[in-house]
Amino acid sequence: MTQSPIDEVERRGPQTLWPRRPPRAREEGARGALIAAVSTVIVFGLILWVVLTSEAWPAVQRQFFNWFHFRESFPDVLSGFWLDVRMFLVAEVLILGIALVVAMIRALRGPAFLPLRVIVVAYIDLIRGVPILLLILLLGFGVPALQLPGVPNSRLFWGITALVISYAAYTAEVYRAGIESVHESQRMSARSIGLTQGQSLRYVIVPQAVRNVIPALLNGFISLQKDVALVFVLGVREALREADIYNARTFNYTSYIAAAVLFLLVSVPVARFTDWYTERDRRRKQAMST
Amino acid sequence: MTVHAQPNGVKLEIRGVHKAFDDTPVLVDVALTVAPHDVVCLIGSSGSGKSTLLKCVNLLVPIDSGQIVLDGIDITSPEVNPNQIRESMGIVFQAFNLFPHMRVIDNITLGPRKVHGIGREQAEGKAMQLLEGFGLADKAHEYPDRLSGGQQQRVAIVRALASEPELMLLDEVTSALDPELVAEVLNVIRGLKQEGMTMVIATHEMGFARDVADRVCFLDAGRILEQAPPQQLFTDPQEPRTRQFLQRIVDAGRL
Repeated sequence: MTQSPIDEVERRGPQTLWPRRPPRAREEGARGALIAAVSTVIVFGLILWVVLTSEAWPAVQRQFFNWFHFRESFPDVLSGFWLDVRMFLVAEVLILGIALVVAMIRALRGPAFLPLRVIVVAYIDLIRGVPILLLILLLGFGVPALQLPGVPNSRLFWGITALVISYAAYTAEVYRAGIESVHESQRMSARSIGLTQGQSLRYVIVPQAVRNVIPALLNGFISLQKDVALVFVLGVREALREADIYNARTFNYTSYIAAAVLFLLVSVPVARFTDWYTERDRRRKQAMST
Repeated sequence: MTVHAQPNGVKLEIRGVHKAFDDTPVLVDVALTVAPHDVVCLIGSSGSGKSTLLKCVNLLVPIDSGQIVLDGIDITSPEVNPNQIRESMGIVFQAFNLFPHMRVIDNITLGPRKVHGIGREQAEGKAMQLLEGFGLADKAHEYPDRLSGGQQQRVAIVRALASEPELMLLDEVTSALDPELVAEVLNVIRGLKQEGMTMVIATHEMGFARDVADRVCFLDAGRILEQAPPQQLFTDPQEPRTRQFLQRIVDAGRL
């Protein structure tokens, strides 16, 4: 005799028809984990075996993964990396602040603000359209060469300035997306209780906008964290420059690997954190809408 | 519910207002006078211009031509400061009124503190008084997403009242609510009428409009086609378009 689901519910009660985690699913979960582990070991084992047994491997190891050269180059690369970290921190703070001001100016409405909006849009369009390396060369070598009185002539200073100018343009667009994601009724509600445009942005729109774009801002962190190395073209002795100097002296590339390891040590955790945060944020929003 | 200071009553005159979005006319030669302490309900299908008219009165949407006169002052003239005018009015929308990142009490005190420069303590004291009057005192320190839709709309009304407006504009404040939450919001509005608040209300709740309005305006394609006291408009509409609209409402069982 076949039983309809309704009979089944009456017989066993509503809880038992769709148990939270049927035993079969648990078994499948355990089997799935085992399969994943075995296949991972096999695939990675094969790759390693192919690489390590190839004829080219001894040369690659000598030139790229040489423990002696790693140890030799590491102290200088590390001290260079410390400069990268400091450049990143200073630049990021400036970028977040400047970009927010730029985005808020762009969000202002009304004919009186037109000149300001034009300036801001022109800035964003121009800077985003130019290679960042070009900006770094132009400001880093160009401005000190002018020897203007009262203007800093440090290449490091102008290198960071170029990074800030470039990244602030991109980040302003991230903020703008956040500002536009806030419902129009919020802006109108803010204006209707008498707040000025600036006050509405500051107290109502921007706090919500920033929260909406935190994952995108974190993504920018990762990007900048590596791009600070671009100032090496100015001769600034940061990690990449130190690795380059070592390589020029020894013709061994392990110093670059040492620099890569340091950059990865920072960027991979930030990337994982961004994923974790985005996922948590998504879950919260889902929980709120139900 | 008499915690709110008695409103003085204000006279609103809308004269020959036109408004178009791009090339689509949304308000066509709208003229309407609201006497002090009167309640005027705007009815009509979605897109007939009810919301836009309220937003024009609150100066959230600039008009193309015509005048909006509040107690003898042309508030649409370029010389007036819109922020100052808005302080004398409260407006509540269909949804997304409350600022989700602020607690109820901060939602209410933001205007008084930042616009009127009132100290936090004093502003919160007054906000608590208002919340108590509307049975919401226990929600003061909650975030809006912890409140029901009806509670949120009541808080939105309280927030509008916090700056002691002379005129309240209500834009379909119950349209986004579950049916069982509509009554609590409508009762708050009835209370405001008893206190003598001048109000312009856009609504789809015909029973409520009949009940609370001194005058009802039927809007169609941006024009006020017909305005009359509720008994007359709902029982003996003059325009065929009004009859058609009301017939549909009756057919849908909403009147």
